[in-house]
Amino acid sequence: MTTHPDAARATSLQPPDVGLASPFAGGGLFDVFRRRYLLKLLVQKEVRSRYQGSILGLMWSYIQPLVRFCMYFFVIGLVLGLHKNVPNFAIHMFAAIVGVHFFTETFSSGTRSIVKNKAIVRKMAMPREMFPVSAVIVSAINTFPQLLILFVASVAVGWRPDAGALLAGVLGVAIITVLGTALALLFAGMNVFFRDFQNVVATFTLFTHWIVPMIYPFSKLATSGIGQNPWFYTAYLSNPLTVAVLLLQRAVWLPTTLGKGSFPTNIYDIGYPTLPNHLILLGWLMLLVSFVILGFCQLAFQRLEGRFAERV
Amino acid sequence: MALSIVADHASKRFTLRYHRTIKQITIAAMRKQKISDTFLAVNDVSFAIEEGESVGLMGLNGSGKSTLLKLINGVMKPDAGSVLTRGRIAGLIATGAGFHPQLTGRDNVYLNAAILGMSEAETRRKFDSIVEFADIGRFLDTPVGNYSSGMFSRLGFAVAVHTDSEIFLIDEVLAVGDKPFKQKCLARMQEIRDEGRTLVYVSHAAGSVRKMCDRVLVLEKGVLGFDGPVDAGIRYLHYEDSEDDVNSESSEESETDEELGADV
Repeated sequence: MTTHPDAARATSLQPPDVGLASPFAGGGLFDVFRRRYLLKLLVQKEVRSRYQGSILGLMWSYIQPLVRFCMYFFVIGLVLGLHKNVPNFAIHMFAAIVGVHFFTETFSSGTRSIVKNKAIVRKMAMPREMFPVSAVIVSAINTFPQLLILFVASVAVGWRPDAGALLAGVLGVAIITVLGTALALLFAGMNVFFRDFQNVVATFTLFTHWIVPMIYPFSKLATSGIGQNPWFYTAYLSNPLTVAVLLLQRAVWLPTTLGKGSFPTNIYDIGYPTLPNHLILLGWLMLLVSFVILGFCQLAFQRLEGRFAERV
Repeated sequence: MALSIVADHASKRFTLRYHRTIKQITIAAMRKQKISDTFLAVNDVSFAIEEGESVGLMGLNGSGKSTLLKLINGVMKPDAGSVLTRGRIAGLIATGAGFHPQLTGRDNVYLNAAILGMSEAETRRKFDSIVEFADIGRFLDTPVGNYSSGMFSRLGFAVAVHTDSEIFLIDEVLAVGDKPFKQKCLARMQEIRDEGRTLVYVSHAAGSVRKMCDRVLVLEKGVLGFDGPVDAGIRYLHYEDSEDDVNSESSEESETDEELGADV
């Protein structure tokens, strides 16, 4: 390629000596991280516009999980008495609520993200992955304060971190982030073509509270009749979200139970049926699976995005 | 000279959707009606534009000009063939499209500039010049949702004309804005052309195309009907005899076009 005649115009992002290339951004998630400054501005825009005109503002992202927490705690704990044999059941439940809330918020706001920004998608060229990814980051920002409350609460009831807890916590959050990003990408793309998908997601998120050990402890499921069935047990643990929630409970809830009730005093003596066997290994596996799903969803997104501008 | 924009048998197909819901599709299928229909908005178009050329893109409404511009600036992807470009692309198309009504003018300038590919430092350096060009005074720090349509597009224009790029696209520029602002834009457009940037200019105004461009592409129902010198292109379109009313969308716009021709 010949050199650019106007070398003085060196201020542009691209080097002056660029060859002919397709103007359609197709670099996927890599392009998103190459243009972090734009991502930052989009996230700021989302955060600012989200609670525009509301008096309670950011408080709303606490109210909903708090109400859900109180309701479950009252009905499951006090009415059904499920927490009798489970020390610090509130922490057990709250750890799961935080994880599930992060996931469902990522999933549903990510799914709507491209349709919501159709004014830009229709007319301006930019990596379209920007929108689902910024939805994921905004969800993380909204969930972070809940995570803080969770930590304060578990410290108050005697949480002392150990190396295993830190690893489990990081793994759990990583699985939810990667899986949430993957599904946000795929469903955001499909939602452009059929708005049915945002309803599919809304329906799906109804289940998420029940298919993870949140209002019931894992041991209850593992020792139940259906939990003894190896097929069901394997299927139950094949859900990356379930494993992520178990990892979060391993991180913040389990260390607070030591020596209480029938629980042993050494955390490494705790095993099946309180937790599945080889939980950390399972966590690594699920993280790998989530990355594979992310790769697949990115490919699907790239096939769909060629028609976004005219269909959104 | 190096090539700046190359279209090689580029086509873009759009779908006309007659039926959207399952119920409608089922009924259509039972009546043996067509469920969907497609047409080529851009049909097998090939051309090559050299660096520094200014090319007028002309054609009747619905001839595929805007679709072709969208293929060039990377909003759309051709279904067949290819469109290749060299360097950064900016332009007066969809100005203000990325504006968020709840953000202030200032925040929107930064966001819009970032979408167009400017870095934070670059935007900061040009910020005063952008604000001066837009000339919206103390409204800069109020949400753009409260702007008049004129102010809204002036701010959009101001950001767009300050983007460094190798290729500059212009579509329906002067539909908005008062006369002094239009003149400012025209001056800026000529500056951009004189800087040696590649210019693609969509217009119905024969006069301004004649002054701005040295080559014309004419699209007819998505097919490239003419590629050559400006005067021959305008004759091809039969625009030369009665420029003001034959093919413009409205009398208001043809008035604008005439003005533009006179101003340039």
